Amino acid sequence: MTFINYASREINCKIVYYGPGLCGKTTNLQYIYDSTAPQAKGKLISLATETDRTLFFDFMPLELGTVRGFKTRFHLYTVPGQVYYDASRKLILKGVDGVVFVADSQEERMDANIESLYNLEENLQTQGYDLHKIPYVLQLNKRDLPNVIPSDELTAELQRKGEPVFEATASQGVGVFDTLKAVAKQVLTELRKG
Amino acid sequence: MVETTIIIHEHQFQRIKNVLARLCVECAARVVFLVDRDGQPIAFHGDIGDMDTTSFSSLAAGNVAATTSMAKLIGEDVFPAVVHEGERESIFISVIGRSLLVVVFDERSTLGLVKLRTKKASHEVASILEAIQTDSVNGRLDENSFFAEITDEDIDSLFS
Repeated sequence: MTFINYASREINCKIVYYGPGLCGKTTNLQYIYDSTAPQAKGKLISLATETDRTLFFDFMPLELGTVRGFKTRFHLYTVPGQVYYDASRKLILKGVDGVVFVADSQEERMDANIESLYNLEENLQTQGYDLHKIPYVLQLNKRDLPNVIPSDELTAELQRKGEPVFEATASQGVGVFDTLKAVAKQVLTELRKG
Repeated sequence: MVETTIIIHEHQFQRIKNVLARLCVECAARVVFLVDRDGQPIAFHGDIGDMDTTSFSSLAAGNVAATTSMAKLIGEDVFPAVVHEGERESIFISVIGRSLLVVVFDERSTLGLVKLRTKKASHEVASILEAIQTDSVNGRLDENSFFAEITDEDIDSLFS
């Protein structure tokens, strides 16, 4: 849910990175964090297990600049990908303005992608959202690995509504900002529509 | 989007700030925050030092979201208040509808005092938030005329 504060002249939006376990959601955020100027970002908070698996969420606020005198701040969240953390995923989707689905391009993770995508649709519905109506982007991550499914096949399987699709290697930053830009743009366009 | 965009006007923001300022003094708190339950910071008053208020708000909301789910698992609807007591600093969170009033206090205050004063302030905050909610729904068309003026170039310029 977008928050507009006329006193502080700020627009605050929430974007959630969703996807199966180990698909690179946290890596996306980490890359954005590492490549952003200190004045444009807050801390990167990771609620993770001792083995660095996301337990509840990762979070970072990112200021993109001003639109018509309003500071635009995006609150970026990831969800824990592991199947048994579903309760946490539902909570993080509350108040979401835009979603990025990070798919793992490796052949052996295809089933996990599909399961996670169904889970996203279901959890959005639980919160009263429809995947077909909210700002949404599909990212095909880990394109640098040898055993990846061709992009067109992955897209045919995972694309839901003609959403923008980006190939990415988040660990090297490839496609990370293109994905973020695409979803942020959709969120702001949605705001314009009212 | 399912939920209405929340639009806070200057006079409403000022009213919230006044309530927070008074509460901060009345319960001898270090800092008082008003946070949306989805993690968006709304306003604060007090000594934040070098605290990252955006992260703090997000974590407070995450905290309440988790304890609310725990409440449901044991048959409660919601825990209306959440307390964390530290050696020096403590946190009291009061749930007001879809917002959270968060008081950070130290040994200069007591949990009893904070609870008492927060209860009174909660009612005032609730009525301001209700007005904001109503205005956000009713004023949607007017406000949107401003945002309708945002051009593709404006949006693109953010990413240049």
